[in-house]
Amino acid sequence: MSYVIEGRTGPWELVVGLEVHAQVISQSKLFSGASASYGGEPNTHVSLVDAGFPGMLPVINRECVAQAVRTGLGLKARINLESRFDRKNYFYADLPTGYQISQFTHPIVGEGAVEIELADGSIRTIGITRLHLEQDAGKSMHDQDPTRSFIDLNRAGVALMEIVSEPDIRMPEEAGAYLRKLRMILRYLGTCDGNMEEGSMRADVNVSVRKAGEPFRTRCEIKNVNSIRYVMQAIEIEAARQVEIWESGGSVDQETRLFDPARGETRSLRSKEDAHDYRYFPDPDLLPLVVEEAWVESLDAALPELPDAKRQRFQDEYGIPRYDAGVLVAEQATADFYETVARGRDPRLAANWVIGDFFAALNRTGRTIQDSPITAEGLGGMLDLITDGTINGKIAKEVFEDMLESGESAAAVVERRGLRQVTDTGAIDAAVQAVLDANQDKLAEYRSGKDKLFGFFVGQVMKAMAGKGNPALVNAALKKVL
Amino acid sequence: MMLTELTIAAAQAGLKRRDFSAVELVGAHVAAIERLNGRLNAFITVTADQAMDAARRADAVLAKGEAAPLTGIPLGIKDLFCTDGVRTTAASRMLENFVPPYESTVTANLLRDGAVFAGKTNLDEFAMGSANINSAFGAVENPWKRAGDADTVLVPGGSSGGSAAAVAASLVMGATGTDTGGSIRQPASYCGIAGIKPTYGRCSRWGTIAFASSLDQAGPMARTVEDCAILLQSMAGFDPRDSTSVDCPVPDYRAACGRDLKGMKVGIPAEYRVAGMPAEIEAAWDKGIAWLRDAGCEIVEVSLPYTKYGLATYYIVAPAECSSNLARYDGVRFGRRVPAPSLDEQYEATRRAGFGAEVRRRIMMGTYVLSAGYYDAYYLRAQKVRNLIRRDFERAFQQVDVLLTPTAPSPAFAQGEKMDDPVQMYLNDVFTVPASMAGVPAMSVPAGLSASGLPLGLQIIGRSFDEESVLAAASAIERAASFTHRPAVRAEVV
Repeated sequence: MSYVIEGRTGPWELVVGLEVHAQVISQSKLFSGASASYGGEPNTHVSLVDAGFPGMLPVINRECVAQAVRTGLGLKARINLESRFDRKNYFYADLPTGYQISQFTHPIVGEGAVEIELADGSIRTIGITRLHLEQDAGKSMHDQDPTRSFIDLNRAGVALMEIVSEPDIRMPEEAGAYLRKLRMILRYLGTCDGNMEEGSMRADVNVSVRKAGEPFRTRCEIKNVNSIRYVMQAIEIEAARQVEIWESGGSVDQETRLFDPARGETRSLRSKEDAHDYRYFPDPDLLPLVVEEAWVESLDAALPELPDAKRQRFQDEYGIPRYDAGVLVAEQATADFYETVARGRDPRLAANWVIGDFFAALNRTGRTIQDSPITAEGLGGMLDLITDGTINGKIAKEVFEDMLESGESAAAVVERRGLRQVTDTGAIDAAVQAVLDANQDKLAEYRSGKDKLFGFFVGQVMKAMAGKGNPALVNAALKKVL
Repeated sequence: MMLTELTIAAAQAGLKRRDFSAVELVGAHVAAIERLNGRLNAFITVTADQAMDAARRADAVLAKGEAAPLTGIPLGIKDLFCTDGVRTTAASRMLENFVPPYESTVTANLLRDGAVFAGKTNLDEFAMGSANINSAFGAVENPWKRAGDADTVLVPGGSSGGSAAAVAASLVMGATGTDTGGSIRQPASYCGIAGIKPTYGRCSRWGTIAFASSLDQAGPMARTVEDCAILLQSMAGFDPRDSTSVDCPVPDYRAACGRDLKGMKVGIPAEYRVAGMPAEIEAAWDKGIAWLRDAGCEIVEVSLPYTKYGLATYYIVAPAECSSNLARYDGVRFGRRVPAPSLDEQYEATRRAGFGAEVRRRIMMGTYVLSAGYYDAYYLRAQKVRNLIRRDFERAFQQVDVLLTPTAPSPAFAQGEKMDDPVQMYLNDVFTVPASMAGVPAMSVPAGLSASGLPLGLQIIGRSFDEESVLAAASAIERAASFTHRPAVRAEVV
């Protein structure tokens, strides 16, 4: 599968690299004790350090370092046992100290890799260049007052991980798959909630185009794109813009651009000439960040099973198809739910029910796995009733819908509604006889060779028994008399 | 003897014996401040009422026999240390009305040990200067006068000029200073008192307004080496709120002052004999060498070849850090704000109005040396040279225990001198800057008078975290010099 932009002068190849800013899940900020939680009244999660008061000093939050190391391990990346913090200097009203503490030359995490799967099942590896820790800035609000801007420093100093990919992405779809996979890994690790709408995960997109076999051409950076769909749109639109420029004899300027989804265009934010000179230098308030190998190993040992490994295990251990396994591991909660249902039961039956009726019910009712009225244990209990012959598959659907409504257990629903499957051969024989008596004409047709009518008789018997007849016994009884 | 003439060591004993009360002791100093500060301008803010309240509380504590090491001792606090509820200006218009809601670690340690703060002492704005002429609250007058010249106003040195003048004139018994390139040692030398810059990391920087973070270090200034040791004992210690603070036990500094020097190796760095050094400075140095030899030290010639790059390197590193450290003074959250139609204009107007000329000069130099295209040639190279300077000292300290040098290339000069050329002013720090760059402890101790009757200091430099040897050698010089001269302007002279 390949993605080609057909220009007037021939095909163009797309080259994309992503810089993802992922907000670290932690109790407190990267260098202060203030709460890092989202929300809260403006300026209520702000320490004197965050507000840049005179004489205040940063102290590294070890939990944020642990989260970065976990993420690095999850990205199969090299952990740098010694890294360093630098100051990135620029003036803005929501940047209290006038510099952002970041890691410029010596990041905590080096090269890694993320494996992505495309719609056609093909697999590609996207390289990770680096991951570094840095502080978030505060928030400026320009729409609260006609003449003044307001500033909320709650977010100022919250830890971010900047995860930089190699320029390995060649299609918009790959960018989407990469972001989804990265988000999945972060969520599994519990290091970032991956919520792009709330801004806890944002992407800067570097886009360039080239003719096959050429070295890289000039790239543009599209800042702060806040949904996966927009990232893919922005890439397509920006690539088309660049192709147009090259083909009309111009050249692309290296610059920072913004994506405007409403107008379907990217716009220049600032050119290279106007680019900030950040005057990076090592932060003299902080010593080099040294982590012990043994500590990294203990974090590694405590890592949860990650999506790729889990998917493989589901295939191996439960014998379910790769596609189903992929669906089930998309979220940790789904995978856990499935495993609870499948444990000690028919794992394929469990997968069919979870992916089929259960997901459909969640979609229909707008619920999540966390607030579903049917628990994993509840669904498992229902599967037990199918397996031990208490109910048949058809009745099970009815029981499931009832459970969804009532929140009761499958056994209680079966009991209350008298849905227990009939295995009493006397009752079945009686029902069979009644159906034959009522359909003498069809019986004659069947006997004259119209075999297909067997199904008709099964249906009629099941209907007479309100669906509760054991299908195997009903078949057997019919075969006998027919 | 008047109470203002006492050393801290003597006052501690007198208070304990109830020879006098803390109210009497603090009262005598507060009275001296009220009488002389108008002239010397050593204090930006005098906290006389709080000091007298604290003195009364100290007396109650003393009456119960529960005195802490500094109970009832009146001190001056350089106005760079944030003091909870007391205006802290850094001698800048920018922070003219800034009242911090927190107490710096160093001053909190002193308060824990019972010290009484008489006020906030004057300094060069944001500690940038060597003559205390860069204060938004006016210059400080050195209480010393040239022999036969009562009129010429001399500078006290800087940046801790207010602290040095206040201690020299007996307005307080001791004071805190901060030293980035010589800001404790050079004014101590100019004002005839002792002052030590401890090892970088020995005193917490938390709550002290930053000038150049990798160099700034707090230290005490007092009239004797032993008094400095007593104050440093309280000020020093590990602080988890300062990542560069070092978790290393604080030894008994006072005991170190009496240590026998027999067998101590004292290095004399050849490179400190700079061209054009006044003969009287050289003579004072030679006298110091002789005194230490007499005390049983072995004198060793050593070489610190990168010394000659010290000052140039310092004037890249320190402004670079200052340009970033001072970015927070933007008029947005605290301090001075000059409103303007746009954010950028507000920054420009606020910082133009808030910062004095020297601070602006250093911010510009620092911004320049960190700029793209210049970073490698200036900042990066300076960092490399700084490492070489550090290695110079490490090598020297494999041979010797301490180094002896002059503190400054001249005695105090007059206000108005050296003021046209900033580089001339920067040269005052030529002997003090290398120890700052290396982070090692260094102390200035009065060693004698110049031909014009002004004090001259000698500098002892020690190994990292070996303040004890520095104090011991300084004490020996102090004893040998028996420096009993006092400045013309002082509490005891009415």
